[in-house]
Amino acid sequence: MKKKFNLPVRQLATVGAFAFFLILGNFLMEKKVIGLYYTKVLMVAAINMILAVSLNIATGYLGQLPLGSAGFMAVGAYTSAIIMRKVTFVSPALAFPVCIIIGGLAAALCGFIIGVPALRLKGDYIAIITLGFAEIIRIVILNIDSALGITLTYGASNLKNIPKTTTFTNAFIWVFIVCYLVNALMKSRHGRAILSIRDNEIAAESCGINLTYYKTMAFIVYAFFTGIGGALYAGYLGILNPSGFSFAKSIDILVMVVLGGMGSMTGSVISAAVLTIVPEILHAFSDYRMIVYSLLLIVVMIFRPAGLMGNKEFSMDMLTGMFKKKTKGGQRKK
Amino acid sequence: MLKVENINVYYDNIHVIKNLSFDVNDGEIVTLIGANGAGKSTTLKTISGILRPKTGNIVFENEEIQSLAPHKIVSKGLVQVPEGRRMFQNLTVEENLEMGAYTLPKGEIPDMIEDIFARFPRLKERRKQVAGTLSGGEQQMLAMGRGLMSRPKLLMLDEPSMGLAPLLVDQVFDIISEMHAAGVTILLVEQNASMALQVADRGYVLETGKIALYGSGKELSESEQVKKAYLGG
Repeated sequence: MKKKFNLPVRQLATVGAFAFFLILGNFLMEKKVIGLYYTKVLMVAAINMILAVSLNIATGYLGQLPLGSAGFMAVGAYTSAIIMRKVTFVSPALAFPVCIIIGGLAAALCGFIIGVPALRLKGDYIAIITLGFAEIIRIVILNIDSALGITLTYGASNLKNIPKTTTFTNAFIWVFIVCYLVNALMKSRHGRAILSIRDNEIAAESCGINLTYYKTMAFIVYAFFTGIGGALYAGYLGILNPSGFSFAKSIDILVMVVLGGMGSMTGSVISAAVLTIVPEILHAFSDYRMIVYSLLLIVVMIFRPAGLMGNKEFSMDMLTGMFKKKTKGGQRKK
Repeated sequence: MLKVENINVYYDNIHVIKNLSFDVNDGEIVTLIGANGAGKSTTLKTISGILRPKTGNIVFENEEIQSLAPHKIVSKGLVQVPEGRRMFQNLTVEENLEMGAYTLPKGEIPDMIEDIFARFPRLKERRKQVAGTLSGGEQQMLAMGRGLMSRPKLLMLDEPSMGLAPLLVDQVFDIISEMHAAGVTILLVEQNASMALQVADRGYVLETGKIALYGSGKELSESEQVKKAYLGG
């Protein structure tokens, strides 16, 4: 497809818009327009964006249904948190990016271990096996200390005193990095192979695509970025408990991906933001909050069954396209 | 070029292919015909690596391939056009063809696509159309075009005439003859025995996983046994 804007223009515009967003956010926070509470909501939104974008790789692009996000998140969160607590010779702010990546790698390793057997199965079985895996992780974290007689995760009594290094700025920088990498991956030859597996496995195989390799690769990338999201989550909370990584967490993220549109990265970003912020705004409804929230989800799925964005991506072309349509409509009225 | 030697294939405990041997020489069209359940598609799937033979060898250009993964077999130039026209439904005709050239260097793709369009003018008219909206015949052409995109040495066609109108069946077989004339070696699996035997140099008749008869296309189409069983004579 031919784009209206060439690559350097689009990249500059993206980076510019992102920088503007960061500066505006920080400015509003300094002026107390966005209070401490909503700053935290925005940080959670950023973490959810990363989680949703990475789950979208496995569900939207690869076409599988893993329910193990909470497990990979827990691995990333605990790995990063344990290292952060031990590292005292450099400032936490400096150690954080490294710990995030180590958290991601630990999750990716788990993704590899679980992905190799799981991806030989099809459909629902992947959901079951990843769900089971996430539960195993949670229970291991809960019991490993007493079982092995060590103090590592502190089990049910909370892993405390994790440096709170996640900020508005670095959370959104990670969102940007993750989105950039996922986008680059999906535009590449490897991305095409992954999409072709979703469309038709038999056809992909007869084109000479290594199914096992690409399925495992997509799954590992999903686990890696989910681990990064988990590490940021640890740095945001400052305290971890295994019960925070239950099955419900995986489902929350899946809801974001489905609502945003399976196979649309920007859709995942938008719906992660909406689904994080809306429940907070609905506080006005107090006890009826969750009812309104559920109704909202149902209404969206009725009117936009393929999700907010379908499988399309939000882009500059789309913006200018919308603008043109509007002016055309205006002319017709004359 | 391709030599299948005494392969035995099982689906769990069911013995589907029993000591099957046949060969395809360079430049030939060879057809496997037989009734439903004779093991024709199973044989093709085994050759392209989707199924594994329990015993026996498959030799392609003097190299044993029975234990290679499917994508490795494709990159050796042994390409299957799967049964039932498996398309990437949401991609356009052109993008489907590009996917077919997955194993080729990028620079060669535009030329290859033009080659395919020259052979299938119908696809050129529809190059921007989404594959799922093509008619059955057009989809079959696209499936064959996609198979040709990787410059196969041997193209395996699994029931290309399945579910097509008689006029389109003729067209598909014309295309097969044309591809053959252009130097592609073809292994054709068909239920439409009369058409298959007309274009084939040699044929094998499969019955419950064994070869019941073999001979040149002409011999087989004149054989009383084949006439009775498959040609409605």
